[in-house]
Amino acid sequence: MKLISAITRRLVIIVPYAWLLIFFLVPFLIVLKISFSEPVMSMPPYAPTIDLADGISGIFDAFRQFSFSNYLWLTEDSLYINAYISSIKIAFISTMLTLLIGFPLAYGMARAPSSLRPTLLMLVILPFWTSFLIRVYAWIGILKPEGLLNQALMAIGLIDDPLIILNTDTAVYIGIVYSYLPFMVLPLYAALEKMDYALIEAAQDLGCTPISAFWKITFPLAIPGIVAGCLLVFIPAVGEFVIPDLLGGSRTLMIGKTLWSEFFNNRDWPVSSAVAVLLLLILVVPIMFFQQMQAKSQESGR
Amino acid sequence: MNTSWTRFNIASVVFGFAFLYLPILLLVIYSFNESRLVTVWAGFSTKWYRELFNNQGLMDAAWVTVRVGLVSATFATVLGTLAALALTRYTRFNGRILFSGMVFAPLVMPEVITGLSLLLLFVAVDFGRGFWTVTLAHITFTMCFVAVVVQSRLMSFDRSLEEAAMDLGAGPVTTFLQITLPVILPAVIAGWMLAFTLSLDDLVIASFTSGPGATTLPMKIYSQVRLGVTPEINAVCTLLIGAVAIGVIIASVLNKSREVRRLRDEQAAFANH
Repeated sequence: MKLISAITRRLVIIVPYAWLLIFFLVPFLIVLKISFSEPVMSMPPYAPTIDLADGISGIFDAFRQFSFSNYLWLTEDSLYINAYISSIKIAFISTMLTLLIGFPLAYGMARAPSSLRPTLLMLVILPFWTSFLIRVYAWIGILKPEGLLNQALMAIGLIDDPLIILNTDTAVYIGIVYSYLPFMVLPLYAALEKMDYALIEAAQDLGCTPISAFWKITFPLAIPGIVAGCLLVFIPAVGEFVIPDLLGGSRTLMIGKTLWSEFFNNRDWPVSSAVAVLLLLILVVPIMFFQQMQAKSQESGR
Repeated sequence: MNTSWTRFNIASVVFGFAFLYLPILLLVIYSFNESRLVTVWAGFSTKWYRELFNNQGLMDAAWVTVRVGLVSATFATVLGTLAALALTRYTRFNGRILFSGMVFAPLVMPEVITGLSLLLLFVAVDFGRGFWTVTLAHITFTMCFVAVVVQSRLMSFDRSLEEAAMDLGAGPVTTFLQITLPVILPAVIAGWMLAFTLSLDDLVIASFTSGPGATTLPMKIYSQVRLGVTPEINAVCTLLIGAVAIGVIIASVLNKSREVRRLRDEQAAFANH
């Protein structure tokens, strides 16, 4: 009996562990390895840096041959640095906009009659189930110069000439805010729903204005939700590809797009690996932070 | 404390949902447009749907996507449930920090990195690219979502039930199948559905890991979208949205009737005492 239980315990851990090691961790090590190799014109288009057949000495030899040329290339060409900076900027502004729109929505949901809340929650989750690509595509028809938004604005006489929104950074902001809004609203709602609103009444009875009551009570209590929501939006947005590619213009620089075109158009695998490694380095701090938070909420839930 | 659902609260909820739903609604409406010009309304028509079913390339891609989705969601559900069990049941084992890191990191990992790294793995071991590489990639990134969904259910699970079954002589496997699985089943099903839709939607990871003959529907849609908005694409999207909406509605109705049945059983149990 003990033995069976010990074996099942091992299996429960080992099977998913091994899977993630092989398909999640090992691939990263390969990316790291290839980012240090020289591009060659063949298939696969890189020169292997390590050949395990040579044994330990072969590995040491390989380390001496490690080439930093891809990373040097990334620092020499301002295109890449600009793409990194612009990705962070676009992701940051979009995250703030998402918070600005998501907070009143989450707050309104949390204050809704409790019979209505499950339905409202369902309505926030539902768009998450529909394809990302479709939701981004829907905006093309709206934002085009002859699109629905411009038609509507011209029909009510607000503008005379169509606004150029599609293929600009503005369209990318709209796309990111729209696509990631549920990720912001859900943790915010979870934090705000638990709040005791008697606190606000007490504060107001004691002479707080509604605005100062918000900053002194609601906001501090919502901080865990704000942090979780911002990380859930910011981290994937930095590496976003579909939104800048479909809604952004040729001048919209984002690192996910750069990686894609290095890989698919230029077929330069070592450089795209180096781009990926640097992207991961930028994101490692927010990702660690996110994991810490997940682990903590897991502990407190037990 | 629901006395003060203010006008401001209602307005922000209405505005928020309008923002979330209007674009999808417009897309659906314009899929029934007679005109090829997507932005000019020229009367109701279903001709784009008929054209769709004659488009062999699109139908093939849809079939590949469904197959990848079914296979990957099923494996991902098994692996994700095991991962959730490992995380909630065994608080101490070697490398637990690395393990929980590998479960949570893919949730926020940019897709371009996941896609590129998996492709390089398949190339390194010389695994022919096609149906199976996409499927393996999808299992890997969707199992983490399943793990999170199942884990949240497991945390609120009363473990004394399992202990009672073990005390009465049930083995760990029997206990899991008889006691644990029925309780967490809604979460497992929700996890499967989430994995299936994530697989159905994925463009970036599939583009990196796919090979000849394994073009998925999002890849096909993407290559056409780059050429411009067309009513056929609106029609495909509408069908996909419809399929997902029906799935979600069925799931929530089933969930509700389970809940009702459980309440009735509980009441009956009390009445008999």
